[in-house]
Amino acid sequence: MARMKFLCDADRCIECNACVTACKNEHEVPWGINRRRVVTLNDGKPGERSISMACMHCTDAPCAAVCPTNVFYTTADGVVLHSKDLCIGCGYCFYACPFGAPQYPKVSNFGSRGKMDKCTFCAGGPEADGSKEEYEKYGANRLAEGKLPLCAEFCSTKSLLAGDGDVIAKIYKERVSKRGYGSGAWGWQTAYHESIAS
Amino acid sequence: MAKISSQLLRHIRLIAVASVLAFGAAAVTPAPVSAQGGPTAATSEQQLLNNLKGGVIAGRVSIPDKKSANLIHPAGRDWRTFHTVTLKWIGGIAILGVVALLIIFYMWRGTMKIEGGRSGRKIQRFNGFERFTHWLTASTFIVLGVTGLNITFGRALILPWLGPQAFSAWSEWAKIAHNYLSFAFTLGVVLMFLMWIGQNFPTAADIKWLKMGGGMFSKGGAHAPAWKFNAGQKLLYWFVVIGGGAMIVTGFLLMFPFYNGITVGGMELAQIFHGVIGVVFIALIIAHIYIGTLGMEGAFESMSDGNVDLNWAKEHHPLWVEEEMSRGTGSASTQPAE
Repeated sequence: MARMKFLCDADRCIECNACVTACKNEHEVPWGINRRRVVTLNDGKPGERSISMACMHCTDAPCAAVCPTNVFYTTADGVVLHSKDLCIGCGYCFYACPFGAPQYPKVSNFGSRGKMDKCTFCAGGPEADGSKEEYEKYGANRLAEGKLPLCAEFCSTKSLLAGDGDVIAKIYKERVSKRGYGSGAWGWQTAYHESIAS
Repeated sequence: MAKISSQLLRHIRLIAVASVLAFGAAAVTPAPVSAQGGPTAATSEQQLLNNLKGGVIAGRVSIPDKKSANLIHPAGRDWRTFHTVTLKWIGGIAILGVVALLIIFYMWRGTMKIEGGRSGRKIQRFNGFERFTHWLTASTFIVLGVTGLNITFGRALILPWLGPQAFSAWSEWAKIAHNYLSFAFTLGVVLMFLMWIGQNFPTAADIKWLKMGGGMFSKGGAHAPAWKFNAGQKLLYWFVVIGGGAMIVTGFLLMFPFYNGITVGGMELAQIFHGVIGVVFIALIIAHIYIGTLGMEGAFESMSDGNVDLNWAKEHHPLWVEEEMSRGTGSASTQPAE
């Protein structure tokens, strides 16, 4: 089985936000929730870089470790998914997440965060693949249809890569060696305890 | 001019070295473009992580949720260790330690009797309002304590035999109870603070009481002096006021997440304080419950109907009894035995 990963080639990202829009539309993500966002570092200064970031589907995921109700599980593809039926909306996964991935719908004036929502690597949730329940809770399950995440498919500069970690790492390495520079696979050290070079 | 160009050269060399380090000499053929100061020069993940020192790598986002501008926040891993390892040890040691000590103490000391026996005369120790405040705080504390412990220990202790569905349902209700009862608990702590502050300032008798260990550790029945509250009770009072106050403040921060620009690091800190003070609080209250019920004859009456036996009062709070008697209030509320 492949180990699915995201890789954002920051030297290509032009902050067009197509990934963000594609994600929101594909999964009908409600207002106020962003499974993916583009962060611009050193905005307007030399060395400006934009990086598209979402759940990185970590190895030994911190969210899963701290969850009081143990709602997370890792699929055979290395995708970190969760059950909204079991989530109590405590917010702890957000504190532990290195990437700010978990999102909570605001369901009342205070206290009660709704069920956590995050990037599923377009792989749905615990419900039957492609079922109506799965779509309503987690959005589309493209992986079950043999497709890769829509954010990466939509990327106008092919900056955002999604798929088998080994394959996308190879693509990135080739790019770096060809053009002679690269700012690194953002988040990989934190998420997978490895960088591309290793 | 020569100086500037040599500085420039040094910078370029640094950048070249950094990029070779970042991508591994083996993987990448020596990069000719970066020698010209390639477009990546100032920004790479490794460089930023090195400069980070516990903070976050943050930038700008165009969506309204400004906290999403944090790109990478490695400190989440430290908080993870705190929540999954450190807090469990602190809580386990504090709570089980107190229970073990109390069991040992009980086996040695048994229930502390009223040495003079019951006099049959009663003296009012706590009025209705004081008892209401105590039980308002106490009952909400027990619910808050149990539901709070569930967040840290439930997954390991309760989830395996309750099953995922039932445990989640219970935890969801527990969270709601924890959130909403916090207001009643806050009211209790505030009332307690105002109501008893006058009697909780340290006095000379407290030093004597502490030196004698409250008379708890001598079976011979030496009694330590005390006014309405002895030094142990005063310490508990101040813990409830200050520690309880900290619980309330950190609890509200957790309940209104990211209020007023609080960062994720601030939220983690609030949770750490809330967790540590919480388990210490629970351990102390377990000891408080012991001494008020099983540990001492005649003590529970002060919080049940508010009237204690005069002999109990003389043994445990002699200075207070004298004061009450001299004011005449003590004798007024005493009732004849038959």
